[in-house]
Amino acid sequence: MSCTDTISSYAFRSIGLGERRLPTTDITVCDQVTLIGSGMLWNIYFGILAIIFGFFAAQAVALAKASPNKAVRKPAEWFIFLFRGSPLFIQFFFGYFLFLSLKRAFPVFDSFTDAWLGAAIVLWLNTTAYSAEIFFGALMAVPKGDLESADAYGFSGFPRFRRIVWPTMLRLAWPAYTNEAIFIFHSTTLVFFSGFPALQQKGDALYYASYFADKTFNPFIPYPILAGYFVLVTLCIITVFGLIGKRLNRHLPQAKRRSKRPRLMAQMFR
Amino acid sequence: MLLADRCPIFSYCADPDTLEGLTWLSCYMTTGKHLAFYTSFGTVLLLLAITAPLALSFGFFAAMGSRAHLPPVRWLANLYMAVVRGVPDIAFFLFFVIALDQGFEWMRHQVLCPDWDQPIRQGNDFIVCQAAKLPQNSAPELVHQIYGFGLAVLTFAIVFGAFAGNVLAGAFKAVPHGQIETAEAYGMTHRQAFWRIMVPQMWTYALPGLSNLWMVLIKATPLLFLLGVEDVVYWAKELGGTKTARFTDYPHGDWRMWYFAGLLIFYLLFTKLSEVVLSRITRRLSHGQATAAGEALRKAGAGA
Repeated sequence: MSCTDTISSYAFRSIGLGERRLPTTDITVCDQVTLIGSGMLWNIYFGILAIIFGFFAAQAVALAKASPNKAVRKPAEWFIFLFRGSPLFIQFFFGYFLFLSLKRAFPVFDSFTDAWLGAAIVLWLNTTAYSAEIFFGALMAVPKGDLESADAYGFSGFPRFRRIVWPTMLRLAWPAYTNEAIFIFHSTTLVFFSGFPALQQKGDALYYASYFADKTFNPFIPYPILAGYFVLVTLCIITVFGLIGKRLNRHLPQAKRRSKRPRLMAQMFR
Repeated sequence: MLLADRCPIFSYCADPDTLEGLTWLSCYMTTGKHLAFYTSFGTVLLLLAITAPLALSFGFFAAMGSRAHLPPVRWLANLYMAVVRGVPDIAFFLFFVIALDQGFEWMRHQVLCPDWDQPIRQGNDFIVCQAAKLPQNSAPELVHQIYGFGLAVLTFAIVFGAFAGNVLAGAFKAVPHGQIETAEAYGMTHRQAFWRIMVPQMWTYALPGLSNLWMVLIKATPLLFLLGVEDVVYWAKELGGTKTARFTDYPHGDWRMWYFAGLLIFYLLFTKLSEVVLSRITRRLSHGQATAAGEALRKAGAGA
């Protein structure tokens, strides 16, 4: 089978299109590159979903944590502690079995045990907690002078938040938030190793990489391919977030802009 | 690890079918398999106890290497830190377990079977001579387990060593330059200035990063499961699954959710405890340091 054939039959294997049988003998580098790349679709799907929904939820939780009202603040603090204090791996397992139990009781939860929904929810809540902590820190770091100026100009209530506090908070949080986006993207590799089944071998990039490592008993080809894909996507995230960050900082003098840049290699476990 | 299902601890557990409520639970929670489950928490702690110092020393060497005068040493240290930190960590775990295993077997193969003429990689197989196999097929089960655990420890140390190396390298850079200049003014050699001035002062700058790393290390321990060690996750899955009366004296439904809720609470308590202890250590180490925290402590002490 030539490489173009391989690409046409396996490029969308991870979402169930094309050839069903995975290669078992005579595995070529082309097979590995194509299938691992196909699995990346899942990582990108989970990553984008978690980042988009997490961005909004995190700001709500951060504001709740900054609230003077105890009834609002405490739940936010507990939520952040729960998701930041425990491993994401265990959260995935717990989430999966929780959904499984719910599914037995209520048929509404039928699709929650599938990775596309269940794992996405766990990832979303997880990134919400981590990002909320980042946004909370930024909220606390909004310069006093900015707030005093806002008062002097007669801003109050929501307009004060919308026009003064919120843009500054985003600006301050952006470098750390970029790292968070990279983290959560790397965390998506855990999904299919933690309870959520890869139905009909429709898995993510790491799923296929470990499949090939098991089949060929040679880890030195699939994992570097996987690493290459991840470096590529990380660079994309840095570019996109860098552009947004530039826009957030556009009113500042040039010299100040350059100081805080997100680092390429900052990711860690959850 | 095959352990009897029957409970050896309480005498009233002899006939579980007649038990109810709390007595049933006390018998259920002390079956042999549950005792193995509790031991696996010890495995987690053991992993942390071995890995943390090992990773720290890997990191220390990497940080020292990144400051070396010899360019190849510097490149090597920076490459190690950059590569390990640039790749998704979970992939690194899965990669290292196989790669280290094959690496060890390959080295033993070179030493033990010098007159072997076939290639080691044949198609989809990795073939070394029988004598080079690790662990030997004839070895007892315990040796296999220890070997697997050892591989896991080494993998953790390599990955976290790179992170620690990065933290320590930053800490070395953060020590004020005046300190080294003063040491040189006092006639210390480069080596003396490094060990007597840099290293003791570096820790206070490294501690926030290392505390964070410790938290991350705790939260990475369930990944032992992916490396094939019978750890807390393995047992939680095993024990929580539906049990029918045919195979056990304690039949129950699918309780995996509750077992994982237990693990969740274990990790929450563990990270909370670490946070409290680490903040105390940070306070202690700030004493007498030329930092804002040290200054605050000094002022508080002077006022009292």
